Amino acid sequence: MKTKQYLIIGNSAAAIGCVEGIRQLDKTGAVTIVSREAHHTYSRPLISYLLSGKTDRQRMRYRDADFYETYGVAPLLGRTALSLDPAQKTIALDDGQTLPYDKLLVATGSVPFVPPMEGLDLVSKKFTFLSLDDADALAAAVTADSRVLIVGAGLIGLKCAEGLSGQAGSLTVVDLAPQILPSVLDEGAAALVQAHIERQGVRFLLSISAARFENGAAHLTDGSTVPFDVLVLAVGVRPSVSLAREAGAAVGRGLITDEYMRTNLPGVYAAGDCTESFDITSGERKPLALLPNAYLQGETAGLHMAGGGKPFCTAMPMNAVGFWGLHIVSAGSYAGDAYIKCEGEHYRKLVCRDNLLQGFILIGDVLRAGIYTALIRDRVPIDTIDFELIKDKPGLIAFSRRDRQKKLGVKPA
Amino acid sequence: MKRIYVSEKWCLGCHLCEYYCAFANSGSDDMAKALMNRRINPRIQVEERSGISFAVSCRHCEEPLCVKSCITGALSSEGGLITIDKNRCVACHTCVLACPYGTIMPSDDGMMQKCELCLKNAIGEPACVKYCPNRAIIYEDSAAPAAAAQ
Ligand SMILES: Cc1cc2nc3c(=O)[nH]c(=O)nc-3n(C[C@H](O)[C@H](O)[C@H](O)COP(=O)(O)OP(=O)(O)OC[C@H]3O[C@@H](n4cnc5c(N)ncnc54)[C@H](O)[C@@H]3O)c2cc1C
Ligand code: SF4
Ligand code: SF4
Repeated sequence: MKTKQYLIIGNSAAAIGCVEGIRQLDKTGAVTIVSREAHHTYSRPLISYLLSGKTDRQRMRYRDADFYETYGVAPLLGRTALSLDPAQKTIALDDGQTLPYDKLLVATGSVPFVPPMEGLDLVSKKFTFLSLDDADALAAAVTADSRVLIVGAGLIGLKCAEGLSGQAGSLTVVDLAPQILPSVLDEGAAALVQAHIERQGVRFLLSISAARFENGAAHLTDGSTVPFDVLVLAVGVRPSVSLAREAGAAVGRGLITDEYMRTNLPGVYAAGDCTESFDITSGERKPLALLPNAYLQGETAGLHMAGGGKPFCTAMPMNAVGFWGLHIVSAGSYAGDAYIKCEGEHYRKLVCRDNLLQGFILIGDVLRAGIYTALIRDRVPIDTIDFELIKDKPGLIAFSRRDRQKKLGVKPA
Repeated sequence: MKRIYVSEKWCLGCHLCEYYCAFANSGSDDMAKALMNRRINPRIQVEERSGISFAVSCRHCEEPLCVKSCITGALSSEGGLITIDKNRCVACHTCVLACPYGTIMPSDDGMMQKCELCLKNAIGEPACVKYCPNRAIIYEDSAAPAAAAQ
């Protein structure tokens, strides 16, 4: 039998999940990874930790140095896929090579979204913050007295601010939204986190946007001007879909797949930030630019490419992040009846609807939050557990004795 | 693979497993020195309420959501034993958000720690099992669950 040719475009969470999925079932098929970035697979969220010196290039590897060898992967790093021919089942690379495949995974991730802004082309020191190369370029540009302006108070903008904290002269974050982390937190939680970050010396300008730039200054919509030395654009990310779209792949808000991560093109799968997911808590199809989701989708694709596996149908937003020591975890969506408790820097919100936990936000005390996540993921009817008991402190004690025994005990003989 | 199973029927709620866990992972050979006057951070924890108690530690899941969710690659499976490389952990708490049992928790220094069945420390077998006075914690092959803990 001819060896199966697996080809993966991308070298990050979704791609690695795919390799690990394939190798659970197929130890001999040929696996090739093509990646534009000329680096060993690394943890993208760690680029801010690299800026602050809390990690280094060795430790930020997402997998061990011998990963490709151990998993029998041929890595083509620093190579960009330019086009995909679904009829011939080949992709074309920027060095002129054409690579054939039996099964292809598109795991091209996100691209930064930069809305058109007047005068942006005049700014010489401007950066996005998505890749290791971005972090290196930014680190080289920032000095101890740089005034840094970050456009975007989302996860990436704030992680960038934390990474630069103590290394720049000043840090200002501007956002059109009235609150920070709008896609993760509600208003109350956002205010609490904002106050915490302000105490670290970061200045926020909210409900404002940049009307016009010149080199070294942003003119804002409220008429004020903010001078800066370094500009970081962290407005948002978009699924990177162009390669697959040009080949005829169906695109909604990201690449559209079924629950095995198959696109509409035969033999072509997609996983990670480049796709749209079905959020079980809101019922919406939307991109979930989150690492655990990317890994799980990649693994699902890999298993199915190798002839097995099971559908992935438990996607939902899930965020865990810390800012200057304050931990925030959240999951699901927030439409429904809310239980809220707020004490100092501790915040707790649990949202129920239709007899199900749909979402939560925990700040400060985040211990054992996964017990809540599992209630959402497993669609556990609230009235089958002692929910009151675990509103303030998650525990398995909320389950019936039988369910606890199933979770923790030996199966009854 | 051999796993830890607990029985709430036999659990006395004495918390000895927590102390032996903390001691086993302290690197010290003097229990008093390792635990006296300190807030311990055991990897097994007893839940209790109105006469019911049971100990909870990592299940070493066949589909370990903690490993699959870890943003740095700090967590991995070594033939079914789910281990953590603390040196690569950044305390983002994504694994805490993912673990359905609530069994991965911060250590003294804030980075995550979890039960590794004492296979990585000097004890070499689960201390909680060895020292449970009422055999409420057992260590058995999941494929052939002999003693029903019911
Ligand atoms: C600063 C920052 C902090 C973050 N923090 C968190 C966090 O705390 N928690 C969390 O869950 N998520 C976080 N994320 C998001 C997380 O990094 C992504 O969800 C995750 O990396 C997605 O993985 P992926 O494999 O889908 O794609 P990506 O990681 O985007 O990787 C895409 C890959 O495709 C390659 N590629 C793209 N196009 C081509 C082409 N044409 N040819 C060849 N190769 C190509 C790239 O080189 C890259 O290897 C953060 C992101 C950033 C930027
Ligand atoms: S830490 Fe939690 S998710 Fe990970 S293997 Fe243990 S029980 Fe399973
Ligand atoms: S807290 Fe540590 S082990 Fe857990 S997901 Fe984050 S980096 Fe991984």
